[in-house]
Amino acid sequence: MITRNCWRQCRVFFTRSVWQALLCGLLISACAASSDAQTLTVFAASSLTDALKELGAQFEAQHPGARVVFNFAGSQQLRQQLEQGATADVFASANAREMDAAIQSGLVTANAPQVFVKNRLAVIVPRDNRAGVTTLSDLARPGLKIVLAAPGVPVGSYTLNALAKMSLAYDATFSSTVLSNVVSYEDNVKQVVAKVQLGEADAGIVYTSDVTPATANQLSTIDIPDEFNVVAAYPFAQLKAASQSALGADFVQFVLSAAGQSILKKWGFSIP
Amino acid sequence: MIRSRLGQAAIFIASSVLLLFLVLPLFVLLVRAIEADLLQQLTQPTVAQALRLSLQTSILSTLITVTLGTPLAYSLARRKVPARSAIETLLDLPIVLPPAVAGLALLLTFGRRGFFGPVLETLGLSLPFTTAAVVMAGIFVSAPFFIRSAQTGFASVSHHVEESASDLGANPWQVFQHVTLPLAGPALLSGAILSWARALGEFGATILFAGSFIGRTQTMPLAIYQALETDLGSAMAVAAILILISFFFLVLLRLITHGRIGHPLL
Repeated sequence: MITRNCWRQCRVFFTRSVWQALLCGLLISACAASSDAQTLTVFAASSLTDALKELGAQFEAQHPGARVVFNFAGSQQLRQQLEQGATADVFASANAREMDAAIQSGLVTANAPQVFVKNRLAVIVPRDNRAGVTTLSDLARPGLKIVLAAPGVPVGSYTLNALAKMSLAYDATFSSTVLSNVVSYEDNVKQVVAKVQLGEADAGIVYTSDVTPATANQLSTIDIPDEFNVVAAYPFAQLKAASQSALGADFVQFVLSAAGQSILKKWGFSIP
Repeated sequence: MIRSRLGQAAIFIASSVLLLFLVLPLFVLLVRAIEADLLQQLTQPTVAQALRLSLQTSILSTLITVTLGTPLAYSLARRKVPARSAIETLLDLPIVLPPAVAGLALLLTFGRRGFFGPVLETLGLSLPFTTAAVVMAGIFVSAPFFIRSAQTGFASVSHHVEESASDLGANPWQVFQHVTLPLAGPALLSGAILSWARALGEFGATILFAGSFIGRTQTMPLAIYQALETDLGSAMAVAAILILISFFFLVLLRLITHGRIGHPLL
């Protein structure tokens, strides 16, 4: 008796799930076919995740009926996605290289990009810091496990530049010694943070903006002095193929406004 | 008549739409990869290293799976195992879980700060970011495929044949070695190929637990992902190789399960 009842419930549940799935499918195709009149799609570097989410929420509050949808990933991935036909209204890159590449492929008008925020590098270590990394020169200590972003990711190439500058100041082999301690080259900066946060890596090099309130209590930061640091300038622009150019222009304005810039500053960025 | 013809048309259209959807993208990828000079890409060191590492780690993880999985599958098929269905359900979990969950679970268990972290540390071992971690991730996600198939294989061997053998004076080990194992052989082999193919395609658990380092932990799927960001050509080349290798072994699998290779003794 119990089994039969159970069966019936299962069947009801199952039929309902199938209907819901079909309905979902319809909705998705409807969305894909004609994107909502007031939805702004922003492709942004993953380091911008927290700051832009807050900016987006404020923008929505100021523009009733408007919705901001984000796609966060490595800038190089976003550029690839756009080149392969993904549609978006605004592209925010973590470096000029990917923005230039987007201009090259005709996605963005040549003089459209504007630098809206700057970021700098910092060394992060787990809060308990069992490996005892306290200075930059500790990074060259043999046996240390360091995780970096892959050289194809903007933060990864900035990191290599910074290490090269340290080599000039400390010791010609500094950079190569540090690199010999690298155990993994991650595909985006948030993965570097995660691996240091979990204590699996002894140190990582990320943006100062990656030490967010959510991660700050599990990480310690070692500052990289200006002479070695690489200042990352983030350009953003509306895409030529944008379907929401008016709303997109408003969003660009808002990010550059005093209110927008103060949110970016709050999340560890410096403003241009 | 018309209705049945309509019905047949509907069936034909529905089937070809799905078939095209499943096959066409892989075909397009292959063509694009060949256009992008597939053979020349193969000689690139990153591609060659990823290929070698992938083959080594997936073969090793399959060997370990078969060695440890055969006794387990045999017990599940033949012995009175307490809570058998609970064990079987748990064994199926890695098949349905997103690999990222597997990777996180492995990290929290075998990582430096994980469950076994202190024990491993006293032994001087550190697993994350090593080739061993790639093999472990492979075993974790692929072993269930082998165990399932081997268990079915053992269960299908008739008791009577085994009993006859032991009536003729064979000891239990001889019965297993000369009767049970050959009869279940095709199922074991097809299970091993399936689980090997799964280990070869493993991505999520590997990138979390083993990270990505050329020649050490960067397997083909990881190389595809990383190359996608800088060099579409080599990403397509590695992807095309994966498709070809997997296709070859799936064909082999069909031949085995249809009894054309390694046909049973009886």
